[in-house]
Amino acid sequence: MPNAHDALFRTLADPTRRAIFERLCRDGEQTVGALTARSGVSQPAVSKHLGLLRRAGLVLGRHEGRQTHYSAQRGALSPLIDWTSQMAGFWRSRFDDLEDLLKRMDQ
Amino acid sequence: MNETSNQTRSVVVEREIPHPPERIWRALTQPHLIEEWLMKNDFEPVAGRRFKFSADWGGVDGRVLSAEPNRTLSYTWAAMGLESIVTWTLTPTSMGTHLRMEHSGFPPDREQAYQGAGHGWRRFLGNLEQVLARMD
Repeated sequence: MPNAHDALFRTLADPTRRAIFERLCRDGEQTVGALTARSGVSQPAVSKHLGLLRRAGLVLGRHEGRQTHYSAQRGALSPLIDWTSQMAGFWRSRFDDLEDLLKRMDQ
Repeated sequence: MNETSNQTRSVVVEREIPHPPERIWRALTQPHLIEEWLMKNDFEPVAGRRFKFSADWGGVDGRVLSAEPNRTLSYTWAAMGLESIVTWTLTPTSMGTHLRMEHSGFPPDREQAYQGAGHGWRRFLGNLEQVLARMD
Protein backbone atom coordinates (compact mmCIF):
# COMPACT_ATOMS: atom_id res chain seq x y z
CA MET A 1 0.00 0.00 0.00
CA PRO A 2 2.34 2.72 -1.20
CA ASN A 3 1.93 6.42 -0.45
CA ALA A 4 1.18 7.16 -4.09
CA HIS A 5 -2.44 6.30 -3.30
CA ASP A 6 -2.50 9.04 -0.73
CA ALA A 7 -2.48 11.88 -3.26
CA LEU A 8 -5.16 10.19 -5.29
CA PHE A 9 -7.46 9.58 -2.34
CA ARG A 10 -6.90 13.08 -0.98
CA THR A 11 -7.53 14.72 -4.31
CA LEU A 12 -10.79 12.89 -4.84
CA ALA A 13 -11.92 13.45 -1.26
CA ASP A 14 -13.15 16.94 -2.11
CA PRO A 15 -16.72 16.95 -3.48
CA THR A 16 -16.13 19.90 -5.82
CA ARG A 17 -13.02 18.31 -7.32
CA ARG A 18 -14.86 15.05 -7.65
CA ALA A 19 -17.68 16.81 -9.47
CA ILE A 20 -15.22 18.45 -11.88
CA PHE A 21 -13.51 15.15 -12.54
CA GLU A 22 -16.81 13.36 -13.08
CA ARG A 23 -17.93 16.07 -15.49
CA LEU A 24 -14.73 15.65 -17.51
CA CYS A 25 -15.22 11.88 -17.56
CA ARG A 26 -18.81 12.28 -18.66
CA ASP A 27 -18.68 15.18 -21.10
CA GLY A 28 -15.11 15.02 -22.38
CA GLU A 29 -12.55 17.81 -22.74
CA GLN A 30 -13.51 21.27 -21.45
CA THR A 31 -12.06 24.71 -20.72
CA VAL A 32 -11.95 26.36 -17.29
CA GLY A 33 -14.65 28.73 -18.48
CA ALA A 34 -17.02 25.96 -19.48
CA LEU A 35 -16.39 24.11 -16.23
CA THR A 36 -16.92 27.27 -14.17
CA ALA A 37 -20.23 28.06 -15.87
CA ARG A 38 -21.80 24.91 -14.45
CA SER A 39 -19.86 24.38 -11.24
CA GLY A 40 -21.34 27.00 -8.91
CA VAL A 41 -17.88 28.14 -7.77
CA SER A 42 -15.58 30.90 -8.98
CA GLN A 43 -13.15 30.51 -11.87
CA PRO A 44 -10.06 30.86 -9.61
CA ALA A 45 -11.50 28.08 -7.42
CA VAL A 46 -12.06 25.85 -10.44
CA SER A 47 -8.50 26.58 -11.63
CA LYS A 48 -7.12 25.65 -8.23
CA HIS A 49 -9.05 22.36 -8.24
CA LEU A 50 -7.84 21.62 -11.76
CA GLY A 51 -4.26 22.23 -10.61
CA LEU A 52 -4.63 19.67 -7.85
CA LEU A 53 -6.32 17.18 -10.17
CA ARG A 54 -3.47 17.65 -12.62
CA ARG A 55 -0.84 17.11 -9.93
CA ALA A 56 -2.53 13.83 -9.00
CA GLY A 57 -2.40 12.80 -12.65
CA LEU A 58 -6.18 12.74 -12.92
CA VAL A 59 -6.45 15.55 -15.42
CA LEU A 60 -4.38 16.66 -18.38
CA GLY A 61 -4.26 20.21 -19.77
CA ARG A 62 -3.87 20.87 -23.50
CA HIS A 63 -3.04 24.40 -24.65
CA GLU A 64 -4.79 25.76 -27.71
CA GLY A 65 -4.32 29.45 -28.36
CA ARG A 66 -5.04 31.27 -25.10
CA GLN A 67 -7.26 28.50 -23.82
CA THR A 68 -6.38 25.35 -21.93
CA HIS A 69 -8.58 22.33 -22.53
CA TYR A 70 -8.76 19.85 -19.69
CA SER A 71 -9.47 16.14 -20.00
CA ALA A 72 -9.87 13.28 -17.51
CA GLN A 73 -7.15 10.66 -17.27
CA ARG A 74 -9.02 7.54 -16.24
CA GLY A 75 -5.80 5.50 -16.13
CA ALA A 76 -4.79 7.39 -12.99
CA LEU A 77 -7.68 5.73 -11.20
CA SER A 78 -6.36 2.22 -11.53
CA PRO A 79 -4.82 2.12 -8.02
CA LEU A 80 -8.25 2.91 -6.64
CA ILE A 81 -10.03 0.39 -8.81
CA ASP A 82 -7.47 -2.21 -7.76
CA TRP A 83 -8.02 -1.67 -4.03
CA THR A 84 -10.03 -4.87 -3.69
CA SER A 85 -7.56 -7.11 -5.47
CA GLN A 86 -4.64 -5.55 -3.60
CA MET A 87 -6.28 -6.13 -0.24
CA ALA A 88 -7.26 -9.68 -1.20
CA GLY A 89 -3.61 -10.44 -1.98
CA PHE A 90 -2.50 -8.80 1.24
CA TRP A 91 -4.90 -10.82 3.40
CA ARG A 92 -4.23 -14.14 1.67
CA SER A 93 -0.54 -13.84 2.42
CA ARG A 94 -1.35 -12.78 6.01
CA PHE A 95 -3.47 -15.94 6.32
CA ASP A 96 -0.49 -18.01 5.18
CA ASP A 97 1.69 -16.47 7.88
CA LEU A 98 -1.06 -16.89 10.45
CA GLU A 99 -1.28 -20.61 9.65
CA ASP A 100 2.50 -20.94 9.97
CA LEU A 101 2.32 -19.27 13.35
CA LEU A 102 -0.49 -21.55 14.52
CA LYS A 103 1.66 -24.59 13.67
CA ARG A 104 4.54 -23.17 15.67
CA MET A 105 2.24 -22.47 18.61
CA ASP A 106 1.55 -26.23 18.68
CA GLN A 107 5.04 -27.05 19.81
CA MET B 1 -24.12 2.94 -4.86
CA ASN B 2 -26.34 -0.11 -4.79
CA GLU B 3 -25.81 -3.25 -2.70
CA THR B 4 -24.20 -5.20 -5.51
CA SER B 5 -21.50 -2.70 -6.24
CA ASN B 6 -21.01 -2.12 -2.54
CA GLN B 7 -20.18 -5.78 -2.08
CA THR B 8 -17.46 -5.53 -4.68
CA ARG B 9 -15.65 -3.22 -2.25
CA SER B 10 -15.38 -6.01 0.31
CA VAL B 11 -12.61 -8.53 0.56
CA VAL B 12 -13.43 -11.89 2.09
CA VAL B 13 -10.86 -14.55 2.87
CA GLU B 14 -11.97 -17.78 4.55
CA ARG B 15 -10.17 -20.98 5.42
CA GLU B 16 -10.64 -24.22 7.28
CA ILE B 17 -7.88 -24.24 9.86
CA PRO B 18 -6.95 -27.40 11.77
CA HIS B 19 -6.69 -25.63 15.11
CA PRO B 20 -9.30 -24.82 17.77
CA PRO B 21 -10.85 -21.32 17.92
CA GLU B 22 -9.14 -20.63 21.27
CA ARG B 23 -5.69 -20.87 19.71
CA ILE B 24 -6.64 -18.77 16.69
CA TRP B 25 -8.17 -16.18 19.01
CA ARG B 26 -4.82 -15.84 20.79
CA ALA B 27 -3.03 -15.36 17.46
CA LEU B 28 -5.55 -12.69 16.48
CA THR B 29 -5.46 -10.75 19.73
CA GLN B 30 -2.09 -11.06 21.52
CA PRO B 31 0.43 -8.41 20.41
CA HIS B 32 3.52 -10.65 20.32
CA LEU B 33 1.59 -13.19 18.21
CA ILE B 34 -0.08 -10.59 15.95
CA GLU B 35 3.37 -9.26 15.20
CA GLU B 36 4.42 -12.64 13.81
CA TRP B 37 1.83 -12.76 11.06
CA LEU B 38 0.56 -9.20 10.61
CA MET B 39 2.40 -6.16 11.99
CA LYS B 40 3.97 -4.66 15.10
CA ASN B 41 1.17 -3.43 17.30
CA ASP B 42 -0.18 -2.39 20.67
CA PHE B 43 -3.43 -4.28 20.25
CA GLU B 44 -5.83 -5.10 23.06
CA PRO B 45 -9.14 -6.89 22.38
CA VAL B 46 -11.31 -4.45 24.31
CA ALA B 47 -14.17 -2.64 22.60
CA GLY B 48 -13.41 1.06 22.13
CA ARG B 49 -9.66 0.62 22.58
CA ARG B 50 -7.46 2.32 19.96
CA PHE B 51 -4.37 0.66 18.56
CA LYS B 52 -1.68 0.97 15.92
CA PHE B 53 -0.32 -1.58 13.49
CA SER B 54 3.05 -0.34 12.24
CA ALA B 55 4.92 -1.32 9.13
CA ASP B 56 7.73 0.17 7.08
CA TRP B 57 5.23 1.67 4.62
CA GLY B 58 3.42 3.50 7.39
CA GLY B 59 0.81 1.55 9.16
CA VAL B 60 -2.76 1.30 10.27
CA ASP B 61 -4.70 3.12 12.97
CA GLY B 62 -7.57 1.20 14.42
CA ARG B 63 -10.22 1.00 17.08
CA VAL B 64 -11.76 -2.18 18.41
CA LEU B 65 -15.47 -2.27 17.61
CA SER B 66 -16.29 -5.59 19.23
CA ALA B 67 -14.46 -8.52 20.73
CA GLU B 68 -16.27 -11.70 21.68
CA PRO B 69 -13.56 -14.16 22.75
CA ASN B 70 -13.14 -17.16 20.44
CA ARG B 71 -16.05 -16.04 18.25
CA THR B 72 -15.81 -12.61 16.60
CA LEU B 73 -13.45 -9.68 16.48
CA SER B 74 -14.06 -6.46 14.61
CA TYR B 75 -11.96 -3.33 14.30
CA THR B 76 -11.61 -0.24 12.17
CA TRP B 77 -8.68 -0.08 9.80
CA ALA B 78 -7.56 3.39 8.77
CA ALA B 79 -4.73 3.54 6.28
CA MET B 80 -3.90 6.19 3.70
CA GLY B 81 -6.77 8.28 4.99
CA LEU B 82 -9.25 5.59 4.11
CA GLU B 83 -11.21 4.05 6.95
CA SER B 84 -12.51 0.53 6.60
CA ILE B 85 -13.58 -2.32 8.86
CA VAL B 86 -12.04 -5.74 9.43
CA THR B 87 -14.21 -8.45 10.94
CA TRP B 88 -13.02 -11.90 11.98
CA THR B 89 -15.46 -14.73 12.57
CA LEU B 90 -14.41 -18.04 14.15
CA THR B 91 -16.73 -21.02 13.82
CA PRO B 92 -15.76 -24.34 15.40
CA THR B 93 -15.88 -27.35 13.06
CA SER B 94 -15.18 -31.05 13.52
CA MET B 95 -11.70 -30.51 12.05
CA GLY B 96 -10.88 -27.27 13.85
CA THR B 97 -12.13 -23.84 12.89
CA HIS B 98 -13.69 -22.11 9.94
CA LEU B 99 -11.94 -18.73 9.94
CA ARG B 100 -13.50 -15.89 7.99
CA MET B 101 -12.09 -12.40 7.51
CA GLU B 102 -14.09 -9.67 5.87
CA HIS B 103 -12.52 -6.33 5.06
CA SER B 104 -15.15 -3.81 4.03
CA GLY B 105 -13.54 -0.98 2.14
CA PHE B 106 -16.39 1.44 2.11
CA PRO B 107 -18.80 0.58 4.87
CA PRO B 108 -22.39 1.51 4.02
CA ASP B 109 -23.13 2.84 7.49
CA ARG B 110 -20.34 5.39 7.42
CA GLU B 111 -20.85 8.60 5.59
CA GLN B 112 -17.32 9.67 6.42
CA ALA B 113 -15.67 6.63 4.92
CA TYR B 114 -12.93 8.89 3.73
CA GLN B 115 -11.32 11.50 5.98
CA GLY B 116 -12.64 14.89 5.01
CA ALA B 117 -14.66 13.46 2.19
CA GLY B 118 -18.00 14.13 3.74
CA HIS B 119 -20.73 12.37 1.88
CA GLY B 120 -20.38 11.24 -1.66
CA TRP B 121 -17.30 9.04 -1.62
CA ARG B 122 -19.24 5.84 -2.06
CA ARG B 123 -21.59 7.50 -4.47
CA PHE B 124 -18.59 8.66 -6.41
CA LEU B 125 -17.27 5.13 -6.76
CA GLY B 126 -20.68 3.95 -7.90
CA ASN B 127 -20.87 6.74 -10.45
CA LEU B 128 -17.33 6.08 -11.50
CA GLU B 129 -18.08 2.47 -12.28
CA GLN B 130 -20.99 3.56 -14.44
CA VAL B 131 -18.87 6.17 -16.17
CA LEU B 132 -16.08 3.71 -16.87
CA ALA B 133 -18.54 1.10 -18.10
CA ARG B 134 -19.95 3.59 -20.57
CA MET B 135 -16.51 4.63 -21.77
CA ASP B 136 -15.60 1.11 -22.93
